[in-house]
Amino acid sequence: MNATIKTLGLAAAVTLAAAPAMAQEKLKVGLLLTLSGPSAVLGQHARDGFQLAMKDLGGKLGGRDVEVIVVDDELKPDVAVTKVKGLIERDKVDFVVGPIFSNVAVATHKPIVDSKTFYISVNAGPSNLAGKSCNPYFFATSYQNDQNHEVLGKVAQDRGYKKVYLLAPNYQAGKDALAGFKRHYKGEIVEESYTPLNTLDFQSELAKIASMQPDAIFTFMPGGMGVNLVKQYRAAGLADRIPFLSAFTVDETNLPAQQDAAIGMLSGSNWAPNMDTPENKKFVAAFEAAYNTVPASYAMHSYDAALLIDAALKATGGMTDNKEALRAAIQKAEFKSLRGDFKFGANGFPIQDFYLVKAVKRPDGKLQTEIAEKVFDNYTDAYAKECAPTN
Amino acid sequence: MTATLFFVQALNGLQFGLILFLIAAGLTLVFGVMDFINLAHGVQYMVGAYLVAAFSAWTGSFGWALLLALPSALVFGLLLEVLIFRHLYDRDHLDQVLATFGVILFLNQGVKFVWGAAPLSVSVPELLSGSVEIANGLLYPVYRLAIIAAGLLIAALLYVLVNHTRVGMLVRAGASNASMVSALGVNIQRLFMVVFGFGAMLAGFAGAMVAPILSVEPGMGDNILILAFVVIVIGGIGSIRGAFLAALLIGLVDTVGRSFAPNLLRLVLDPAAASQTGRAIAPMLIYIFMAAVLFFRPSGLFPVKR
Repeated sequence: MNATIKTLGLAAAVTLAAAPAMAQEKLKVGLLLTLSGPSAVLGQHARDGFQLAMKDLGGKLGGRDVEVIVVDDELKPDVAVTKVKGLIERDKVDFVVGPIFSNVAVATHKPIVDSKTFYISVNAGPSNLAGKSCNPYFFATSYQNDQNHEVLGKVAQDRGYKKVYLLAPNYQAGKDALAGFKRHYKGEIVEESYTPLNTLDFQSELAKIASMQPDAIFTFMPGGMGVNLVKQYRAAGLADRIPFLSAFTVDETNLPAQQDAAIGMLSGSNWAPNMDTPENKKFVAAFEAAYNTVPASYAMHSYDAALLIDAALKATGGMTDNKEALRAAIQKAEFKSLRGDFKFGANGFPIQDFYLVKAVKRPDGKLQTEIAEKVFDNYTDAYAKECAPTN
Repeated sequence: MTATLFFVQALNGLQFGLILFLIAAGLTLVFGVMDFINLAHGVQYMVGAYLVAAFSAWTGSFGWALLLALPSALVFGLLLEVLIFRHLYDRDHLDQVLATFGVILFLNQGVKFVWGAAPLSVSVPELLSGSVEIANGLLYPVYRLAIIAAGLLIAALLYVLVNHTRVGMLVRAGASNASMVSALGVNIQRLFMVVFGFGAMLAGFAGAMVAPILSVEPGMGDNILILAFVVIVIGGIGSIRGAFLAALLIGLVDTVGRSFAPNLLRLVLDPAAASQTGRAIAPMLIYIFMAAVLFFRPSGLFPVKR
């Protein structure tokens, strides 16, 4: 606060007219999100969540006026790196918030943390950034990527499913998803099937599933793939016979297209729109009023990211110059997360609860996921122990 | 169970093949008759799907939406022909590829601008929404059977149209030697326009038919375009008959291969290695198949005589 007053005095001495502008330089936040291509809707949720938080906070973070600069990473790591350099070198942002996709996170991690800019992920939580390559300038308000999948593995194990059929797109995140599922599931895996990325017709997979008669299937099919798989799974009459467990497949970004086909399907998450806290109720209602769609977890994570920055800056009195102090303030920032319990582990990833969630139709006809049961309490990711504190 | 599974997979392959045929039919005519490489053909498939999504949201009925989408797809195709493609016929292939690729980018962004980036859904028409039980516990959606029926019907119609009507005769003649047809006093410009519009409508029809089972999203035509090119190369460029046979073969090889390659490999390898190799080989199968066909018949199964 002292420094602010000093700046104010200095500014007033120079020129009265310019004083208000110079009194407090605007805080700059860069939003790095995927806003074009088939997965753009995920980035839109995150962007809208952050902007809603800015509105609720009166356009200020930690008492400072804020300039939010939104850039589209186009889901291309090379494009993302170029845009990040622009954010850091030209715009001189204090925080980068984003991205959605792990490949973007991995590519942009080094330029951001090397410039001692704080990087707050609102979705991507690749294993290396949680473990060996953890960094004091990287935080996630989301989760480590494996965790939502682990929820389903645990549920499948606890429910005593003997035979499970696994299905994922043939790329890194698909393989990670199935590995995450297997961390807690010890039963038999009758088939580990990988379809080419962006497969939209699953009819031949469904025929195989029907003939193998597993106790459940687990899948990770984000975006349009998930829309199709769910609709086709329902149309093939499998939904009522073989439980459909998934992550990032049946969520609020896909439900508007999946419609009734998704009802009753189970998923893993750290939050659901029906979470019963006053803050969350207000958030969901405001989000729906502003954007005419039920928020997905991406929106929640970036809303929380804004609350986190706000709380940390309040603790430092709006100062961003002392990086060590700001880092400590972020690490133990006190804010009411929309998901309830929240605190950062040593690796900058949250220690939080995870739930089994179920897709339901609300009385007003919109679909959303709702919490069915708590699966993990204050859960730390599996890679945290690989994060050396000296890093 | 394996026999029924094979039967179901064959049905899936047939359905996939027929959709491919609807797209490839227009592509092979445009390429064969007009010697014009139209990369934007896949976009017309996407436009068909978006049109049916928009019209079914408006009318509330898939039947009406389909009836409205077909002429709209035709008009849209003709519009593209008049505005853009007509000016490219005399250019070389590289110019055509570049310009039509630009059309892809433009229209992919265009639909996103109009309908947003999130996938749209179209509900399956009430009448066809059930499924039939093929074997114990194995349901097959009626709508997919309807796609098979519609595809076969269109194929039969095309056969009659191309082989037994005057326009069809001109199209065949144009595929063999366009300049000779023009020299005989046929308005080749108009013939091109008819062929182009018809091809666009068929692609639009394919898009409209798959809209209820696939998600309607920007860029949905890009992947299928590659397969459509594989089909017309295997079938022989300019040949409808070739496109039909090749589309069914590709559909079957792809679907059945994906499903049974790991099983077959299990006969010679241990299960883990078999499923690993099967996964790697399955997506390659159609290209291996294409290479094999081209090795024995370099101008496709049914080359058009020139």
